[in-house]
Amino acid sequence: MKKLLISLSGLLLAGLVSAGEWTQFRGPLGKGTTDDTGLPVRWSQNENLRWKAELPGRGLSNPVIARGRVYVTASSGVSQDRLHILCFDVATGKKLWERQFSATGSTLCHPKTCMAAPTPVTDGERVYALFATCDLVCLDAEGNLIWYRSLRKDYPTVSNNVGMASSPVLWEDLLLVQMENAGESFAVGIDKLTGQNRWKIDRNRGINWVTPLVIQNGNQPEVLFQSSQEITAYDPRTGRKRWSYEGTGLSTTPSPIPANGTVLVTAGEMLALRPGNEQNSPEVLWRSNRVRPATASALYYQERVYAVNSAGVLNCADAINGKPLGQERLKGPFSASPVAADGKIYLVNEEGTTFVVQAGDQPKLLEKNSLGETILASPAIADGAVFLRSDHHLYCIAAKKAK
Amino acid sequence: MRPTVAVLLIVLGFDVLCRAADTNPGPLLAKIKAVGPEGAGNVEATRAWKELVRLGSSALIDILAALDDQAPLAANWLRAAVDAVAEKELNAGRKLPVDQLETFVRQTKHSGAARRLAYEWLARVDKTAPDRLIPGMLNDPSAELRRDAVARLLNENQQRLDKGDKAAAIEGYKRALTSARDRDQVIEVADKLKKLDIEVDRAAHFGFIRSWMLIGPFDNTKGIGFKAVYPPEQKVDLAASFKGKMDKEVRWFEHTTTDSYGVVDLNKAVGKNMGAVGYAFAVVNSKAEQPVQIRVGSNNSVKFFLNGQLLFAHEEYHHGDRMDQYIGKGTLKAGRNEILIKVCQNEQTDSWAQKWSFQLRVCDALGGAVGLTVVTEKK
Repeated sequence: MKKLLISLSGLLLAGLVSAGEWTQFRGPLGKGTTDDTGLPVRWSQNENLRWKAELPGRGLSNPVIARGRVYVTASSGVSQDRLHILCFDVATGKKLWERQFSATGSTLCHPKTCMAAPTPVTDGERVYALFATCDLVCLDAEGNLIWYRSLRKDYPTVSNNVGMASSPVLWEDLLLVQMENAGESFAVGIDKLTGQNRWKIDRNRGINWVTPLVIQNGNQPEVLFQSSQEITAYDPRTGRKRWSYEGTGLSTTPSPIPANGTVLVTAGEMLALRPGNEQNSPEVLWRSNRVRPATASALYYQERVYAVNSAGVLNCADAINGKPLGQERLKGPFSASPVAADGKIYLVNEEGTTFVVQAGDQPKLLEKNSLGETILASPAIADGAVFLRSDHHLYCIAAKKAK
Repeated sequence: MRPTVAVLLIVLGFDVLCRAADTNPGPLLAKIKAVGPEGAGNVEATRAWKELVRLGSSALIDILAALDDQAPLAANWLRAAVDAVAEKELNAGRKLPVDQLETFVRQTKHSGAARRLAYEWLARVDKTAPDRLIPGMLNDPSAELRRDAVARLLNENQQRLDKGDKAAAIEGYKRALTSARDRDQVIEVADKLKKLDIEVDRAAHFGFIRSWMLIGPFDNTKGIGFKAVYPPEQKVDLAASFKGKMDKEVRWFEHTTTDSYGVVDLNKAVGKNMGAVGYAFAVVNSKAEQPVQIRVGSNNSVKFFLNGQLLFAHEEYHHGDRMDQYIGKGTLKAGRNEILIKVCQNEQTDSWAQKWSFQLRVCDALGGAVGLTVVTEKK
C-alpha cells in the first residue's frame, strides 16, 4: 500500500505533464530526459530542420514546451533592459504572440550571459518567466498578462552583477524561486495565480546560479535549494525545513539532479545523496571525482550518470555505486547541460555544435551537427523534436513532420 | 406616461450608462496603477487588465498616456496591455489608430517610454513613419528615439565621407556628438572625429569628475568599513588628519585622473590596500538649481553622497563594473555643491579581485553632462 501511494505521489509530482512536453529548465522534474522517440541524429541548416524562427536580442534560457506551444525568453536593448516573452506554434514555428517588459532591476552582467538567462516554467495553461533583472511575469497561453512582479523593487538589495540564472520551478499551485545573491537572499513560494508570497525563507547570502529541484522523498514532496555550503530540503507547501546536507564547495553552477530516489549533487566531486528526513540525516551513498561536471549540470539516464568536464570529455558512471564506466571525448566548452531521450544524449557546445551520443556504459559519438551560431542554452526535447536556441534563432530539429 | 414605459426608459437609460462605464478605461487603469509591493493589488489588476484589453484600440491612447506616471510596476502591466491590444487588432485584420499614434509620438509632454512604444507600433504599420519622424528627434527627450536619430545621422555622415565631403561630415559628426547619450554612439563619433584630426574630450562630454581630493585607507577588514562611518562621512575637513587603517595617519591629497572615462585608480593613487576604504571628495559649482543623476561605475562596494545626503549605497565586490552601473538621483543647489564617494575594497586574494577604483559623473536624466565646474578648495 505504501509503495502504491509513493508511486501515485510520483505521478502527481509529475504534475500531470503530458508526453511531448518540456516544461522547465531541463524538462519535466528537472531530469533532462523524456520518453520521446524517433529523434533526429543528424541535422544542419538544410537537413532535418522542421522550422527556424527569429529571436530578438540575446538569450540563454532553454525553450519550454507544452500543449503545442513553445515559450522562449529573450532580452534586448542597448543595456539589455527590454525583456521579451515569445510564443511559437510547435508544429509550424509561427509566432503566436510576443510581450515585452521593461527591466526594473540592474542589467549588469558578465558579457557571456544576459538578462534572459533563467528558463521559464509552464504548467500548460500559463508560462512564468523570471529574468536576471528580477522581473517576474505570468502570462496565459494566449499572451494575456495574469500578473507581474518586480522582485528587485520588493527587495531592493537583491543583486548579482555577474548576472543571475537560477530558474523558477512549479509545485502544485506554487511557483518556487531561489534568489541567492550578493544582497538579501531568500527562497520564496509564490501563489501561481496571484503572484503573491505564500511563504518566504531566508537563505545564505552569496551569488548562486543553481535551480531548485522538486523531488518525491517517500510520500513527501520536497524542494531542494543548493548553495555553496549546503543542500537543504523544504516542504514546498510551507517552506518548513526538513533536512540538510552541509558541506563545503558545493556547486553554485551545475544544479542538483534527481536519480531514481537519490540526488546527485555537484561539489568538489559528484555526491550521490540519499535524502534524509526530519528524523534522519541524508546519507552520501558514493562520491566520485571522475564524473564531476564543469559548468553544465550532470545527467541521469538509464541508470547511469553522465557529466562533461572542462576538457570536453563526457564521463559515464554507474548511478548505483559511482563506478566509472566509459568516456567519450567531445569538444567544449559547454555551457548548455546535456539532455537525453530515445537512447541518445544531446550535448551542444558553445560554438553551436551538437554532439549526439549513444547512451550506454561506453558512450559513443554518433554525429556532430553544427548550426554555425553560438549556443549557450540547454536543449529541450518534445513532440519528437530537439529544440535549440541561439541568441538569434529558435530551431526545431526533427526527423519528420509533427503529428 | 404609462408606468411601464417610464420603467422601460429608466432601464434603458441605466443600460446606456453601464455601457458607457464599460468602455471607460479610467477605472480599469486606476486598478492597474494601484498594484503594490509583493503582488499587492494583483488580483484586481489582472481583471482590470483583461477588461482593458477587451476595449481594443479605442483604449490604446489612454493606456499609453497612463504610462506618463512612470511608476515602474504599473508600467509593465500597461506596456503588456498596449502590446496585447495592438497585436489582437492587427491579427483580427483591423487597423491601428495611426493618426492618434503619431500625434502621441510627437507630443513630448508624454513619457519617453510611452512615446517610444507608440512609435514602434506606428512604425510597424506605417513604414514611412521613421523617415518622417526620426530626423527631427536629435534632441528628443526620449533616449531611444534620440538614439535612432543619432544612428541615422551617423549613416548620413558616413555617406558624406564616402563621397569625399569631409567638411560636411565633420559638421555632421559634431551634431551627432552633441546629441548622442549612449556610450557606444559617443565612442563611434569620437573615433570618427579622431580620424578626421579632431579630438573629443570624452570625459568632459560625459561629465566625469576628474579632479578629486582623496583620503585613505580606512579599515575594511572583514567588510566592516562599508557600514562604518569614518570622519569624512561626518564632515569633510581638508586640513585635518585622521587615524586610518592600522592607526596610520591619513590626510586628504589632490589627485587628477587622466583616464578618458574618469576612472580613478585608488591602488595607484592611495596605494595598494586590501580590506580598505577610500574616499574621494569634490566641490562643484552649478549655475542653477537642477535635478541631476550621479552615476558611478566600480567593482567595489560604494556609497555616494551629495551635500551630505546619501544618494546611493551598494555592497557587492568584484562582480564586474560598467559605466553608469549605479545611479543616484539628487538636486544640485545653485552655486556650491559637495560630492563625496566612499569606495570599499575587500580582502579577496583572487587575481581578478584586486581592482580598487571608481568613475563618477554628474548628468541629467538622459545622461547628458550638466556643465559643472570643479571648484574644490584644496586646503
